[in-house]
Amino acid sequence: MDNFEELKKLANIIRQDIIKMLCEAGSGHSAGSLGMADVFTVLYFNILEKRPKDPWWEDRDRLILSNGHICPVLYAALAHAGYFPVEELKTLRKMGSRLQGHPKARELPGVENSSGPLGQGVSQAIGFALAAKLDKKKHQIYVISSDGEQDEGQTWEAVMFAGKHKLDNLTMIMDRNNIQIDGFTEDVMPLEPLKEKYEAFNWYVIDIDGNNIEEVIDACNKAKAIYEKPVLILAHTIPGMGVDFMEFDPEWHGKVPDNKERKKALKELRTLKGKIEFD
Amino acid sequence: MLNKSLKLNKDIFDRVKLKKIATRDGYGEGLIELGEKNRDVVVLTGDLAESTRCEEFEEKFPERFFEVGVAEQNMMSIAAGLALSGKIPFVSSFGVFCPGRCWDQLRISVAYSEANVKFVGAHAGITVGPDGASHQALEDIASVRCIPNITVVVPCDAIETKKAVIAAVNVKGPVYLRFGRPKTSVFTSDKTPFEIGRAQVYREGKDVVVIGCGPLLHEALLAANDLEKEGIDVSVINNHTIKPIDEKMLVDVAKRCGAVVTVEDHQIMGGMGSAVSEVLAVNFPVPIEMVGVSDKFGESGQPNELLKKYMMTKEDIIMAIKKVIKRK
Repeated sequence: MDNFEELKKLANIIRQDIIKMLCEAGSGHSAGSLGMADVFTVLYFNILEKRPKDPWWEDRDRLILSNGHICPVLYAALAHAGYFPVEELKTLRKMGSRLQGHPKARELPGVENSSGPLGQGVSQAIGFALAAKLDKKKHQIYVISSDGEQDEGQTWEAVMFAGKHKLDNLTMIMDRNNIQIDGFTEDVMPLEPLKEKYEAFNWYVIDIDGNNIEEVIDACNKAKAIYEKPVLILAHTIPGMGVDFMEFDPEWHGKVPDNKERKKALKELRTLKGKIEFD
Repeated sequence: MLNKSLKLNKDIFDRVKLKKIATRDGYGEGLIELGEKNRDVVVLTGDLAESTRCEEFEEKFPERFFEVGVAEQNMMSIAAGLALSGKIPFVSSFGVFCPGRCWDQLRISVAYSEANVKFVGAHAGITVGPDGASHQALEDIASVRCIPNITVVVPCDAIETKKAVIAAVNVKGPVYLRFGRPKTSVFTSDKTPFEIGRAQVYREGKDVVVIGCGPLLHEALLAANDLEKEGIDVSVINNHTIKPIDEKMLVDVAKRCGAVVTVEDHQIMGGMGSAVSEVLAVNFPVPIEMVGVSDKFGESGQPNELLKKYMMTKEDIIMAIKKVIKRK
C-alpha cells in the first residue's frame, strides 16, 4: 500500500482495534500500543516482504518484537495483514487463545519470537541477522524496542555486538515515547543522548517523528540502503497517540480504559479528535 | 556384578591404570565431528573458547563460530535467534555464567520459544577447585531443570561427553550439557551404548542402588566394588539424563533394591538426587540418602581436598550406603 492517506486510515482502524481488544481483555498496555500503530502499519502494509498465507516463507523479512507488552499493536497489524482472522483479536489474553498476554514465538502465524521480560529482542534479532548472513539471504531483520528497555544492560551488549559485526541487515526501530511504568524515562533513568550513544557504538541513526507515516516509510527505505552498519530508527512517538486523555501520560502505560473511557477513546479515534464527522 | 553388555573399560576398578581426560575435552571432539557432518551447527562463546574447548571448531569453521565477549545474556538470546532461523547453536561457557548469568534469557528466548539451542555449563561442580566458590557451579542443575522444555544431561567421562554432544543434536529443543574442569577417569568405552533419556545399570546388585551422574559416578562404582568384600551387593545406575528422567528404570530399580543413594557434584537441594526423589516419592517411596553439597558454598582447594571436605568421596558414598541399608 503506497497511498499515505490509506495507510493513515488503516493505522486509525488498528488503534480502534487496540482499544477494543484491551477493553475486552480487561488488562494490558495501552499507551505504547497506540503510539506505535503508525510504525506497525507502515511495516506490515508497505515495508515488509511477507506472505501472510505462507507465514514462515523462508525469504520473508523478520519482525522481532522486543518490548512484548505492546503486542496488541502487533496482533492487530498481523490480523489486518491477513495472518489470521480479525475476529480472533477479541481473544487477547483469554484462556486458550493464541494471542497470549505477551507474545510466544510461533504461537500465532507471524510471531517470530517470545518476549515480555525486556532487553532480549535486539539479541534475538542479531541471531536472525547472523543466520541470514550465513545463509546468504537478502531479507531484512527489523526489531522493535522501547526506550524503557534501554535500561537493560543486555540491550547494550547487543548493540555493541551488532556494531562489531556490521549487521547491515538489522534495523532497530526504537519507540522513543519518553514514558515507562514508574514515570518519564529521563526521571527514572536518563537515556539521552541516545543518538550519540548509538553512533558511538557504530550504528547509523535516523531520527524521525514515529507518528508520521511518510517519515517512517522514508526511514525504513533509507535503512535498507545503509551498508556496513546496523541502523537505529529513533522513532519519537506520542504514547497513547490519538486519545487525548492518554497522550503523554505515563499512567496509561499499563492500564486499559473503563467502559466510559472506551467510548470516549473510540469516538476520538473515529472522528480524529472531532476533526471529521462521526460515521 | 558389572554389566558386561555395556562394554565398560576393563580397568574400571583401577584408578591408576584408567586414563584421565577432562569431560570438556569430549565436548571439543564432539563439536568437530558435528561441524563436519552438519552445516547448521554453530558455536558461540563468551570469552572462553579455550577453556570450553571450542578453539579447534573456531579454527576449522571460522564462519560458524561467534565470539560474543563477556556477555552471556546477549549470547543466549542470540543463540535463540539463530535457532529460530534453523541453526543449531552450541552456547559455550562455564556453569556459573551459563545458566548462571542468563537464566531469564534461557527461560524466555530459548525454552519458552522451544528454540533448538544446546548450551554448555563447563567447569561445573566443586571440583573446579582453586578458583573458589564464585566459580563452582553447584546450583545449575536445579536452576535449569525447573524450566519446561529443557533436556538436562550430565555425562560421566570424556567418551560419554562426546556421545552426549552428538546425541544432543538429535533432540529437538534446548539441551543443557554439564561438564567438569579436572581430568577425570575414563571408565566407559567407545562401544558403551548411550541414549539421552535412558539410564543405564552399570552394576547389578540386590541390596541397595546408587544413582549417580557425572565423574563422581566412578566413585560410586569403586564404592560398590569395595562393599562386595563386605557382602553388600550394590547396584549402580548412570543417570546421565536428569530430564526427561528415566522414571521406569528408577522405579524398577527401587523396587528391586529397596534403598537408594544418590551421588552428584551439586547442591543436594534441587539436583539430580532431588529429581530422583521426586519420582520415587510419588511412585515407590524407599529410604534415600543423598551425597552432594549440603546447602553450602564451596571454597578454594584441590578437587580431591574439596570432595573430601564436602563429603563426596568413595568413603562418603560407602557411609551413605550403610546408613540407607539400616533404614530399609
